[in-house]
Amino acid sequence: MQRIGVFVCWCGSNIAATVDVKAVAEALGKEPGVVFFEDYQYMCSEEGQNKIKNAIKDYALTGAVICSCSPRMHENTFRKAAAAAGINSFMVEIANIREQCSWIHKDKVSATEKAIVLGRAAIAKLHLNAPLTAGESPVVKRALVIGGGIAGIQTALDIADAGFEVDIVEKKPTIGGKMSQIDKTFPTLDCAACILTPKMVDVAQSEKIRIFAYSEVEAVKGFVGNFNVSIRKKARYVDEVKCTGCGLCTEKCPQKKVPNDFNLGLDQKRAIYIPFAQAVPKIATIDADYCTMLKTGKCGVCSKVCTAGAIDYKQKDTVLEEQYGAIVVATGFNPIELTKYDEFAYSQSPDVITSLEFERITNAAGPTGGTLLRPSDGTHPHKIVFVQCVGSREDGNGCGKTYCSKICCMYTAKHAMLTREKYPDTEVYVFYIDVRTPGKNFDEFYRRAVEEYGVHYIKGMVGKVSPENGKLMVRASDLIEGKQLLIDADLVVLAAAIEPDKSARPLATMLTASMDTNDFFTEAHPKLRPVESPTAGIFLSGCCQGPKDIPETVAQASACAAKVIGLLNKDKLTCNACVAHPDEMLCNGCSTCEKVCPYGAITYESKEFRMPDRTTRIRRVASVNPAVCQGCGACTVACPSGAMDLHGFSNRQIMAEVDAICK
Amino acid sequence: MQIEEKFEPTIVAFCCNWCSYAGADLSGTNRLQYPANVKIIRVPCSCRVNPMFILRAFQRGADGVILCGCHPGDCHYTTGNYYARRRMTLLFSMLDFLGIERERTRLEWVSAAEGAKFAATMNDFVETVTRLGKNRRLEDLRCNK
Amino acid sequence: MQQVIRDKALSLLEAGKVDRVLAWKEGEFFYDQTPHVFKTAEEINRSLVYNGFSAANLSKYLVKETLKDGMIAVFLKPCDTYSFSQLLKEHRIPREKVWAVGIPCDGKLDIDRIRKAGLRGITSIREDGDRLSVSTIYGEKTVAKSDALAERCENCKSRKHIVYDELIGSEGEALDSGRFDAVEALEKMSPEERFAFWQKELSRCIRCNACRNACPACTCEKCVFDNPASGIESKAPASSFEEQNFHIIRAFHVVGRCTDCGECSRVCPQSIPLHLINRKFIKDINEFYGTYQAGENPDERAPLTNFDKDDMEPADAFRKGE
Repeated sequence: MQRIGVFVCWCGSNIAATVDVKAVAEALGKEPGVVFFEDYQYMCSEEGQNKIKNAIKDYALTGAVICSCSPRMHENTFRKAAAAAGINSFMVEIANIREQCSWIHKDKVSATEKAIVLGRAAIAKLHLNAPLTAGESPVVKRALVIGGGIAGIQTALDIADAGFEVDIVEKKPTIGGKMSQIDKTFPTLDCAACILTPKMVDVAQSEKIRIFAYSEVEAVKGFVGNFNVSIRKKARYVDEVKCTGCGLCTEKCPQKKVPNDFNLGLDQKRAIYIPFAQAVPKIATIDADYCTMLKTGKCGVCSKVCTAGAIDYKQKDTVLEEQYGAIVVATGFNPIELTKYDEFAYSQSPDVITSLEFERITNAAGPTGGTLLRPSDGTHPHKIVFVQCVGSREDGNGCGKTYCSKICCMYTAKHAMLTREKYPDTEVYVFYIDVRTPGKNFDEFYRRAVEEYGVHYIKGMVGKVSPENGKLMVRASDLIEGKQLLIDADLVVLAAAIEPDKSARPLATMLTASMDTNDFFTEAHPKLRPVESPTAGIFLSGCCQGPKDIPETVAQASACAAKVIGLLNKDKLTCNACVAHPDEMLCNGCSTCEKVCPYGAITYESKEFRMPDRTTRIRRVASVNPAVCQGCGACTVACPSGAMDLHGFSNRQIMAEVDAICK
Repeated sequence: MQIEEKFEPTIVAFCCNWCSYAGADLSGTNRLQYPANVKIIRVPCSCRVNPMFILRAFQRGADGVILCGCHPGDCHYTTGNYYARRRMTLLFSMLDFLGIERERTRLEWVSAAEGAKFAATMNDFVETVTRLGKNRRLEDLRCNK
Repeated sequence: MQQVIRDKALSLLEAGKVDRVLAWKEGEFFYDQTPHVFKTAEEINRSLVYNGFSAANLSKYLVKETLKDGMIAVFLKPCDTYSFSQLLKEHRIPREKVWAVGIPCDGKLDIDRIRKAGLRGITSIREDGDRLSVSTIYGEKTVAKSDALAERCENCKSRKHIVYDELIGSEGEALDSGRFDAVEALEKMSPEERFAFWQKELSRCIRCNACRNACPACTCEKCVFDNPASGIESKAPASSFEEQNFHIIRAFHVVGRCTDCGECSRVCPQSIPLHLINRKFIKDINEFYGTYQAGENPDERAPLTNFDKDDMEPADAFRKGE
């Protein structure tokens, strides 16, 4: 039999005004097992906590029921107080008589009655409580960063700087991500490569960081502190150790007709290639889809010219098994496919381009060497129309996204401004729904585009773009002037919505990390835990969590690193104490619980048992890893024999509460 | 004059810790009223609610049982409410099949931000169950003799 | 057929292929056979029977029998193979210790139904194609076999053997049965009528646990109703609601695992149509989540260990029924 103390809090007048706290305390004092009761103005105060501690000592209490505010508010406070007085912290139950009683009822009689019932339920549950101890699990002091864009780079650098080992897995042959494709950055207009490539070099030179480029995460097992990750290193057909990155092979390869994905297909590369001059790691890669040698077995030019003897046509994918304590998701974004936006003639004319393609055309390392030329005929465009919100902020019924892609307003202003600066003879129109420029120096930047550079900003959407005689006829409406416009543009640039990378969804499944309907990773708390996933040990960096510009991405990447460092700094993690546990003697070994566990916490093992009839039997029984179990209880209901139960919320405890309420 | 005593139903509400219990707290914080007949039992997740608990409540005299969890897709444990939905759909359908009014059981998704929805749901549920009257509980005929 | 089965049992024993044979043994009355483990040829020749009253689903007994050393042979009717397959899926039976012999079945007889037809003092029944020759103390009578079939056989769901090592006779097919008609008829009643129906039926329950003990899905190491730690332990009804509680929970525990073999109703001494409760769950599953037959496909995820993001809400399920 427990020796229970009941502590009824007035919460000033918050509870006491509607609930007769003395009557509650007295009524609960008559319940079986209750040896002490008390009411006090503020149980959570220092003095209130002392009352609890003293009563525990003076009356040798084995448990305490606190009738107070929501357990979400002060459960921990009271648990700590109980622990300080020498009883197990899980021997405390809260009856929520504020949020779920005094604050919602006006009638003192019924509110008092209800408070007594809630107190009885808590007492009934407490009678069945048992001391719980949270387990501990060790932490592998190494982090994995999935994605080598600016988010992944920054997170990896910060973690490495704190002295922990980090691996970056990047599916492309080089790290750098989208930022490496961008020409200039807003609002400062400094060159993206100039600020990104030094960071890439830092990553390459860091002793703490390993880069698995041209690799993908294939499987994730384990849990916070102890992840086992399978990483598939795709065959480059080039020995990474021997290749010096001289680039001779990429000049001599006879297969010249390979679409250059780094330039978004605006020009062509060779079948063996290095994406760009500052690539990290600077190692050539053979595109197996185009390489004549790999397809027909006849060529071998690259192998002949390579003085390092690095070419290896027989190279195979390899799968590495690595252990990590924390995993950072930095899978980034892509512009959406524009195939469904045929009104803008994206698939009909090469002169209708996306903003990212515009970046490549204006980039000095791009297909035109940085000269703004039309993709169709290589002439200077004299009239450019920028269309904003292509696929963003749609009503949800269309093919686009309901959210704002956030970065388009600013990069369009940048594109418009840079065009006017370099080519003052070019007329620039920007069609917008709203111009959204919150951010440091952002609105000033946009206003400069309008006021100093004379960019024509027109509120309204473009209805149709039709290619006619080498021109792009843009039909649009000007909502402010209230008139229809017809512009004979030379180039149309579409600010396509951005969406999470396609690899994010299968990755989320592997990580059991949750996603929203747009496939952005969900954060553990939208305001207070923005860089953590609800799944312990999984952290979020950059656009995989939501659209972001570069400064925000870097800020979030560093915040994410701080969280990872905080985790890796610990030698041991305290597990959740309220975990599922099977009664092995009842377990049928049917595997039903294993199937509903979202964390893979349940495994089966064959164990020898001494049975009640004195025989020895080998039985297949469930086993819960307490470090992985989060205590949801899905398994407890799935179990047909009732072998699986949950600490802290056991079948009998919940039924005792039901009984107390229904009495 | 005889005053007819108003029927006060006993309502058990199972609320998941992460969304609905917080939603219930929010309706308290916002001082949104609902009848004192509703007594809440906190569970970690809607998937923790065993049909046994619901039957037990009916057995012990509950007139209505409502289960509240995170909206589908928002489960703190990612998939718990999907399992809960299937279990409750089948259980409620079975209770209906056995002749227990379907309005006595309910599954609602209430997020931590939906204090108003929680209060409105409870008001509606209490009203519905009050209208139905005392639960007849599939009692054994032999016990009535 | 009885002789074929006896011969098969004898040859399996003689060849040393198996150590024991699980089959039907004649009981005190001709219609009352019991599952039995035969260990000798003599025993088989003396008392192994197979006829219209060899109704018991033997798969469940393998759970305990395979704990012993050696191989055991079992004779399985088509519907029994579903239960056997489901138990294999749940790791309840080590497959390598069982030699499963699939046998044909053209429906089992229900003695109560024959009696209800007005035949008294029955001493023996001989099957003669689709007619039954019934010997009674009042003389010889004949009835059509179709009028004497057990309900579950009238609505036979399948004549296909899901899993076996060898097959006697030819393989049948899954049938399109009207097994949900009775459930549907109940669904069409008003809640009051349904309530009255079940109150009448379930009030007859004497909590003998026969349904549970015969059910091939009820093979738990320890039943929750026998387990003081479960919180719902009850050997005998403690309240007026108890039997209902027992039957609903029992049905819920076998959701997605019940193969609809009909043993629960067959063994009920009070003739409560318990199978209707299980069939209601099966019918709901089929309608809500797509057709699912427990025991049919060992790799398929059971409906309650699976979900779809667009699953219907309980309220939608009610609306669908209207």
